[in-house]
Amino acid sequence: MAYVAVSGGEEAIEASIRLLEYYRSGTDKDLDLEVIKEKMGLLVDRVMSEAGLYSKAYAALALKQCEGSSDEAVFLLRAYRSTLKRDYETLVADTEHMRIVRRISAAFKDIPGGQILGATYDYTHRLMNFALEKEDAQGLRDRMEQMIIEQTPVQPEPCTRVSEELKKEGLIDSYEENNGQPFDITQNLLEFPASRSARLQTLSRADTGFLSGLAYSVLRGFGQVHPTVGELRSGYVQLEVPYLEEEGESLWIGEIMLTEVEVFNEADDKEQLKLACGYGAVMGRNENKAIAMAVLDHELDTEGNYPAQNEEFVLLHGDSLEMNGFISHLKLPHYVTFQSKLDAVRKTRRKEHD
Amino acid sequence: MKLQEVPVLSVRGLTVRYGDGCPQCQDSLEKNRCPYCGTVWAANDISLDVYPGEVLGIVGESGSGKSTLMQSLYFDLEPTQGKAYLENYCGGKKNIWEASAAEKRHMKNTIMGMVYQNPIRGLRMDYSSASNIAEKIIAAGSRNAGQMTERAKELLEAVEILTSRMKEAPRNFSGGMQQRVQISKALANNPSLLLLDEVTTGLDLSVQARVLDLIRKIKAKYQISILLVSHDLAVVRMLADRTVVMLDGKIIESGLTDQILEDPQHAYTQKLVHSLL
Amino acid sequence: MIDSYNYAFLDEGSKREIRRSILKAVAIPGYQVPFGSRELPIGRGWGTGGIQLTLSLIGPGDTLKVIDQGSDDSVNAVNIKKFVKMCTDVPCTIHTKDATIIQTRHRIPEVPMTNEQILVLQVPIPEPLRIVEPQEEVTKKMHAEMDYAPIWLQLYESLIKYGKITIGSEYPCMVEDRYIMNPSPIPKFDNPKLHNSQCLYLFGAGREKKIYAIPPHTKVVSLAFDDIPFEREDFAGKRCRLCGSTDTYLDEIFDSNTGERYYQCSDTSYCKEVRSR
Repeated sequence: MAYVAVSGGEEAIEASIRLLEYYRSGTDKDLDLEVIKEKMGLLVDRVMSEAGLYSKAYAALALKQCEGSSDEAVFLLRAYRSTLKRDYETLVADTEHMRIVRRISAAFKDIPGGQILGATYDYTHRLMNFALEKEDAQGLRDRMEQMIIEQTPVQPEPCTRVSEELKKEGLIDSYEENNGQPFDITQNLLEFPASRSARLQTLSRADTGFLSGLAYSVLRGFGQVHPTVGELRSGYVQLEVPYLEEEGESLWIGEIMLTEVEVFNEADDKEQLKLACGYGAVMGRNENKAIAMAVLDHELDTEGNYPAQNEEFVLLHGDSLEMNGFISHLKLPHYVTFQSKLDAVRKTRRKEHD
Repeated sequence: MKLQEVPVLSVRGLTVRYGDGCPQCQDSLEKNRCPYCGTVWAANDISLDVYPGEVLGIVGESGSGKSTLMQSLYFDLEPTQGKAYLENYCGGKKNIWEASAAEKRHMKNTIMGMVYQNPIRGLRMDYSSASNIAEKIIAAGSRNAGQMTERAKELLEAVEILTSRMKEAPRNFSGGMQQRVQISKALANNPSLLLLDEVTTGLDLSVQARVLDLIRKIKAKYQISILLVSHDLAVVRMLADRTVVMLDGKIIESGLTDQILEDPQHAYTQKLVHSLL
Repeated sequence: MIDSYNYAFLDEGSKREIRRSILKAVAIPGYQVPFGSRELPIGRGWGTGGIQLTLSLIGPGDTLKVIDQGSDDSVNAVNIKKFVKMCTDVPCTIHTKDATIIQTRHRIPEVPMTNEQILVLQVPIPEPLRIVEPQEEVTKKMHAEMDYAPIWLQLYESLIKYGKITIGSEYPCMVEDRYIMNPSPIPKFDNPKLHNSQCLYLFGAGREKKIYAIPPHTKVVSLAFDDIPFEREDFAGKRCRLCGSTDTYLDEIFDSNTGERYYQCSDTSYCKEVRSR
């Protein structure tokens, strides 16, 4: 009671913030932002993806500021984003021309453009590497640079998606191409039934753990079960904005790392079968999140009573900021409402004893 | 039965179709499905009347279209075409299937009462029995809690449920009791027409007999018209004044129940009557 | 005031957009207007709807009061004040009558407010029908059709089960005989203050992205059955141990040393004023 009911809230908060500083001061070594950015890449990617803001530098800063909590870091980035004016909108980014660093298919051995395993932890043994306790960072960096110099660069070729081939055969359902203005979930209340652009944006920004858990429920039987990863690709896509001085011209503003996934499922097509496709695309190298997104995208097109098939359930409960904000608000004082609840409980009991 | 009276309900040409249909449809249906275009004719040009105070029985096997008829009447599904008139809705002058959502809700709450085969569809299983009845009364516009409770007690008594159990939720009741709560709920606003869809199917024989006996008492007490659907001719025989026989989405025979039992015309009806004996 | 951010944090375009939504909310009392809720440096669920309303309205010449649980000193109130001070030059006060904008969570001040003042309430769950229906798509239709029977049923069910209506705070109200509205988690004690008031009430739900309003002189009626009057929290026989008031909402406090239970005003600034009179 002491910390709110009467007074002293202000002092308490200040002391609390000082204590946070103390927790961040555990060692005299500084946590260099460059180190977070370059050596905690997957954490940075996760935070950027859930924040919906692509900036490795700010993501690193946010992580430093909050002792590495991913939801606090997302929070900081989102709040910062609210203060920024939106001056331009990029043109549609073309993932066919992605500068691919990894591309695999679980559906076909051979795909046009070829599979590129790229960097993955999938085939490592998860054994603690105690050599890293005392690592020669400089030596590692030198060795890796030498390795890159010895490679011969290959010009990247545009690569169509695996699903294109199946579409030509008429085996796969596809959404009609829609180049209209997408629904913007950052500036509008999501309405139901949600448009596809709203659905994909919401899933792409959602909390990684939430999407993974829901997609897992689908695989375990609370849904349409076991889809096949038609394709997973990670790489850099180029971003351009319209050049206002000259009609039809555009300006290159940079590139971002994306992971894009298509999963295939069997589906009914009157008295035969067809394939249905789920789509996922997220910022950074968040492979499981992208796959989970694709699984859920398809699941939301399926009629049924499982949680993952309920649009409002899936789209309204996965935002990191919203879920953590509301859960943490339970710590706020509820003296007035609890008093009211208590009053109602007492009244019913008084009646009982009468 | 004086048939010159104004009917409580008239249905004209009700058709419910799944598929677009094709020119060959009507002449070549196999059961209720067209082999050319795959269209299913769940209800095919059904017309009937229900008169004040009578029980009209509808008998047929599953897939005959009887449940499609009931669901259309209670707005649980939208018919492809056809008209229906309720005496108490716009003086029987307006097709009920063209009413607004609010009007349909009004009809469901005050002019008709429905009892489903599966009580989950008709009851709020976790609300008290009294609230289940009150729900209808609230929907009809009343805001007097005391009157709702009085009415709930009266109706629970009428369906032979102890009023001391009105605080209990139907989830804890037996199947036969759940059906009786459904009946009391359907009667909440004194509707002029009661729709009973396979209400005794799946119940033990002795429980079945009790529910049927209750329906007979209800009919006598409230002078209500009843449309009774069953796959079981024995059930229809016990209650119905007139009977309609349906097969593959169509009406194949209708008349006074006794007449149908004594002198069935259609081969299917003959089989049905024969199996009863 | 920190210069690196815009006045009142949000960019001017966002503030204008929110003000337009406020105007719509004022034009349709009790109707929940969707808006593009922005993320703030304060947690979703910690009053971001209310803060966005305050930020979009506040300007030089305003005086702000922020309370939580009726108290100016509560951690959340202090935190919000600190944030507004950081990005505006507006002075803060604890005196209800000196404030032009009062942002509050869970209480309406005891001092009646004037038509020069705006009370901004923070709302966690704006949808009053959420307790009976989880789906937004459905509740939207229910409002459109004034299909409010389910929430009345909820009230009736608690009467049947407990003999009392057991909703504590967030007690639903009917606004201008049209929309049922959630008054935010204020105690029932404060509900009557919404009716025919002098001031403008604005409600903001940041996480749920809705704004609604009760303009001055609006009819606001707490839901009650004809024969069972609306009842507020009961403090009969109790008084504030500090100022002696018997007509205010009281916090119940345990003295951890003596185990004694006593009461004091939840509205701390009102309590101080009474004592200084």
